[in-house]
Amino acid sequence: MKKTIIEVNLLKKDFYIGDITVHALRGVNLKIQQGEFVAIMGTSGSGKSTMLNILGCLDKPTSGTYFLDGISMGELSKNELANLRNIKLGFVFQSYNLLSRTSALENVELPLYYNSKIKSKERRERAEAALEAVGLTDRMHHMPNQLSGGQQQRVAIARSLVNDPVVILADEATGNLDTRTSYEIMALLQDLNSKGKTIVFVTHEPDIAKFMTRQVVFRDGHIIREELVTNRNNAAELLKALPIEELV
Amino acid sequence: MNYVNSVKIALNALKRNKFRAFLTMLGIIIGVASVIVMLAIGNGSKKSIQETMSSMGTNLIFAMPGAEQKGGVRMGNSDAKSMKLADIDAIVKDCPAISDVSPEVRSSGQAVVGNQNWPTSIYGVNNKYFNIKKYTLGKGRTFTDLEIQTYAKVCLVGQTIVENLFGKSDPIGQTVRFKNIPLLIIGVLGEKGENGMGQDQDDLIMAPFTTVQKRILAITHIQSIAASAASEDQNSVAIEQLTASLRASHKLKATDEDDFQVRSQAEMVQTFSSISNILTLLLGAISGISLLVGGIGIMNIMYVSVTERTREIGLRLSVGGRGSDILLQFLIESILLSVFGGIIGISFGFIASKVMASIMNWPVVITTLSVVMSFFVCSAIGIFFGWYPARKAASLNPIDALRYE
Repeated sequence: MKKTIIEVNLLKKDFYIGDITVHALRGVNLKIQQGEFVAIMGTSGSGKSTMLNILGCLDKPTSGTYFLDGISMGELSKNELANLRNIKLGFVFQSYNLLSRTSALENVELPLYYNSKIKSKERRERAEAALEAVGLTDRMHHMPNQLSGGQQQRVAIARSLVNDPVVILADEATGNLDTRTSYEIMALLQDLNSKGKTIVFVTHEPDIAKFMTRQVVFRDGHIIREELVTNRNNAAELLKALPIEELV
Repeated sequence: MNYVNSVKIALNALKRNKFRAFLTMLGIIIGVASVIVMLAIGNGSKKSIQETMSSMGTNLIFAMPGAEQKGGVRMGNSDAKSMKLADIDAIVKDCPAISDVSPEVRSSGQAVVGNQNWPTSIYGVNNKYFNIKKYTLGKGRTFTDLEIQTYAKVCLVGQTIVENLFGKSDPIGQTVRFKNIPLLIIGVLGEKGENGMGQDQDDLIMAPFTTVQKRILAITHIQSIAASAASEDQNSVAIEQLTASLRASHKLKATDEDDFQVRSQAEMVQTFSSISNILTLLLGAISGISLLVGGIGIMNIMYVSVTERTREIGLRLSVGGRGSDILLQFLIESILLSVFGGIIGISFGFIASKVMASIMNWPVVITTLSVVMSFFVCSAIGIFFGWYPARKAASLNPIDALRYE
């Protein structure tokens, strides 16, 4: 049996805005096994972003339990959460969030700066390996403004890989990209997933969700639908099938 | 926490914004440089005042008649005729702490040689006077006892007199007329330059005090007494002994006030030092304000920088940076800015002081204290003004920071 990476039980999250209480999550149960590629879907306000923030250890639930790789995050302090993010999680954002005027290599090195066990030589080697894994070996010393959107997102993916996380959390990672580049990114993520990486991908685009192994749909703080993807799309094949004129 | 990494992170962040970092440092650079220069000028002028003062003799003690009363009317100091030659003899006898003592009588007027004339002063003194006032003999000789006893018409002249009345010719053996009294020049004084108050100490004629008393002023009293203490430590003892001796000579009762005043060079040095201390303090305070403004500049930029880099902070938090890491990063950034600014400012101030010393001929003294002090003040400014923005950065919520537009 495969290892459970994420286990969430009866997760609730309330926000208090003045006198009004907003129930963002109303008791969510979710299990994600190692090697899954899960799409978290839903309209805005459905609670999917809140869910991602909690899964990403950026926010704490009001009630319920969350085990990440066997560790219960409910009892952890702020600093311990930061440490957990540093060694267990990788983030990919919609707007890449790369440091400007900083080379791709240094951007990828960033998470390792916050791990005092890693020496500068190892840091450099691991960043180079991560950039190689996303196919950007020849762009290592380019600044973000010298890279295309797709390349920037690949740098961001390399950054999320560099600490060898148990799960990669992607938040609308293709939201700023055109179809072709989106497919490229999805092909990369599918490739990483096929090599064993667990990925949680928040999106509201059904055709992007088709690339994943499982879809989890949120509405009004509940999971309303959860299903395995049949007829899963292969991004690399779709990329080849794209009409030629779009290559220009 | 890994401090090496924090320093690296901060250095990288500064490197990404070189120009802004430079502009931020500029305030500190100017502040520190001006502190260094101002203190250098202050200390320099203090030292030069002290030097010129001690060139006049640090052991120097003056006594002059004090204000006297005639039937309830207080008279001016200089008119008093209370000091006599007998006072000098008494001082020689009574005061072991005083090594040399000389009477002093002065007159001003035109010195005339041939068709040249020059306004100057004549000082009537004895041979001890040269020692007391640290005059050297350039050429010729000083007075003999016989010359003093016989009101001989001889004199020594200062360099300024030589330049103005004799040009290149040798003054020794020539005659200078002062108030129609012809005086034979028997010696030339060594050059002494200006004193602390800008008075030319070479513009004078020295003659035996008897000569000036009898032939020029026609008086029997003396105008003042110049003496020197045997050593610097004995200054205050010497003043006490001199005062006691003069009181005895003047037959003052215990209840009477002194009818003379005693001043010492050491006192004047002290007065001038304290004046220049105040000056140094004032200059230092003014430039300290510019340093403070520089510090506020750092706080400003750091504060703006925290807002501008909110997303960066969010990212750093999301990849595992702790609040304390962020705090440290911003604190180190501001410390680096102020310390680098401080180092540049110190070197800049150093160069500016040297340039000022060589071009404007101003006396400057750069003390280690001022350098060390401004360096530590800079670091303190970095910590002090960096703290608030760094706290703000560290307390950001990663979720909000990541979404910040």
